[in-house]
Amino acid sequence: MNHDTYDDSYIREILNGVKTIAMVGASPVNVRPSYFAFKYLAQRGYDMIPVNPGQVGKSLVGKPFVASLRDIDRPIDMVDIFRNSEAALPLVEEALALNPLPKVIWMQLGVRNDEAAAKAEAAGLKVVMNRCPKIEYGRLSSEISWMGVNSRTLSSKRAPVPTQGMRLSLNRVSVGGGGTNAADRAARNKNDPA
Amino acid sequence: MTDRLPGFATLAIHAGAQPDPTTGARATPIYQTTSFVFNDADHAASLFGLQAFGNIYTRLGNPTNAVLEERVAALEGGTAALAVASGHAAQVVTFQALLQPGDEFIAARQLYGGSINQFTHTFKSFGWNVVWADADDIATFERAVSPRTKAIFIESLANPGGSVTDIEAISAIARKAGVPLIVDNTLASPYLIRPIDHGADIVLHSATKFLGGHGNSIGGVIVDAGTFDWSRDNKYPILSEPRPEYHGIKLQETFGNFAFAIACRVIGLRDLGPALSPFNAFMILTGIETLPLRMQRHCDNAKAVAEWLSNHPAVAAVNYSGLPGNRYNNLARKYSPKGAGAVFTFSLKGGYDAGVDLVSNLKLFSHLANVGDTRSLVIHPASTTHSQLTDDAKTKAGAGPDIVRVSIGLEDKEDIIADLDQALRA
Repeated sequence: MNHDTYDDSYIREILNGVKTIAMVGASPVNVRPSYFAFKYLAQRGYDMIPVNPGQVGKSLVGKPFVASLRDIDRPIDMVDIFRNSEAALPLVEEALALNPLPKVIWMQLGVRNDEAAAKAEAAGLKVVMNRCPKIEYGRLSSEISWMGVNSRTLSSKRAPVPTQGMRLSLNRVSVGGGGTNAADRAARNKNDPA
Repeated sequence: MTDRLPGFATLAIHAGAQPDPTTGARATPIYQTTSFVFNDADHAASLFGLQAFGNIYTRLGNPTNAVLEERVAALEGGTAALAVASGHAAQVVTFQALLQPGDEFIAARQLYGGSINQFTHTFKSFGWNVVWADADDIATFERAVSPRTKAIFIESLANPGGSVTDIEAISAIARKAGVPLIVDNTLASPYLIRPIDHGADIVLHSATKFLGGHGNSIGGVIVDAGTFDWSRDNKYPILSEPRPEYHGIKLQETFGNFAFAIACRVIGLRDLGPALSPFNAFMILTGIETLPLRMQRHCDNAKAVAEWLSNHPAVAAVNYSGLPGNRYNNLARKYSPKGAGAVFTFSLKGGYDAGVDLVSNLKLFSHLANVGDTRSLVIHPASTTHSQLTDDAKTKAGAGPDIVRVSIGLEDKEDIIADLDQALRA
């Protein structure tokens, strides 16, 4: 499939469907993007597992670190890769050796590895690359609208007051708003700098 | 399943707005408050550290303003926006995120006089150096590029000369130079032109004009197209380097394709301080709901008035790109097919004195320094908006001494024409 752009319906189905997320490369340093993406997803009710061999023995917002995907004691729905693009291939291979298989491989903003994606898709997994699940969750729920970000969604229903642990509805009406044109161009620029 | 894409008018009413969480209020409430309580110490720290979505203090963001921001971002096809106190504030905050002292940016000469002043004098005191180019001669932009160039700035429809800028041609030069293209889209509004579709990386508005549309509230908006890679080289350290006050966060790494809008908020708006009043945001939002209807009527009226003026024996020339034979008519057909806007100039055979007489004889037109009101407006730019420019710069900006500028309103076009008719006879 095309990994330059994603329909909202694709992202929405993934974020509505997964419960357990292993974040590989999660950092205990509270100014790193992985730290606050992890914390946000935990606050939104996902069962989060931090994976980082250098941090075993410590925990991240109360969740103990594990060294690798193999060390997780329960089935995981999604692997969120917070590493560089080269590290994605061995991580996908590791994920594909799990039983049961995870359903989704998600590579963070700035991370893209088409070979790894093709392997995961060949095994029946869904793949998202170069996106942040916190940003996408915030966008589809419109929580990110507090920051003036174009959620590219609409709703005429009363908004919830988000509280700790609350799962937000992601089922708003998606709109183009032309926003995808710009996003397409950003993806092209990144792949092919002038 | 592919997501369905609602049209422009639906976005103008709905984008960014949702019934209020606590009261169910359907119109966007005016959150007239300076500050917002935190849930607990951890929540407060998360907000200050840019880790959580939420509100802190209205200088940094406000729920009413956020609706305006998302709505304009949606209409322009950008990833995010920031509302500020005026169009001029939008320019200062934008350039502050891009330029270091000693840097340059290239700007078209065909600009609003207030922008020419701001760039020429006040920006110089910050060490930001404007290099002028001519939008009618695209090669001048290419020649103006230097190793210190950090951005290119143009207006889509230029004020007051009624010129239309070839956005795609200038975008190609910006792309080659590795700098963002900034387009002031005030006079067109996204209903007529969406500069991002033609290669703009940042779009600015004086929301005071057609977005608000009723001549009652000053405001400005910065739209991030999400198209520029700020970290490719070290030219934009505010976006690519660790921010010491935010514990080493790198803005582009953290916020991806809306990092520019975030930089403008958490650095420029926070430290320069030009926050928009939530009341003004509410007024501008209300205006935007009818933007498509108003803008089309503005254009239809303006075309009728321009045609009438061009047949009037006292009129020497009408500079409206919507008229066949105008030098910008082809560009107007390409970039602004629904109409060529409502602001244009004309000159009278009687020269400067006849222009001054016309302004004083008009009874329906208001003589004032604004454009994009429901009311028809008139001004003599050489003695007002462009008075601080040299004579040469006035002429190059399309504001020579014999020029009268009008902003055609939403009145019945017969009444607008009748007022011009009686004033030209008087």
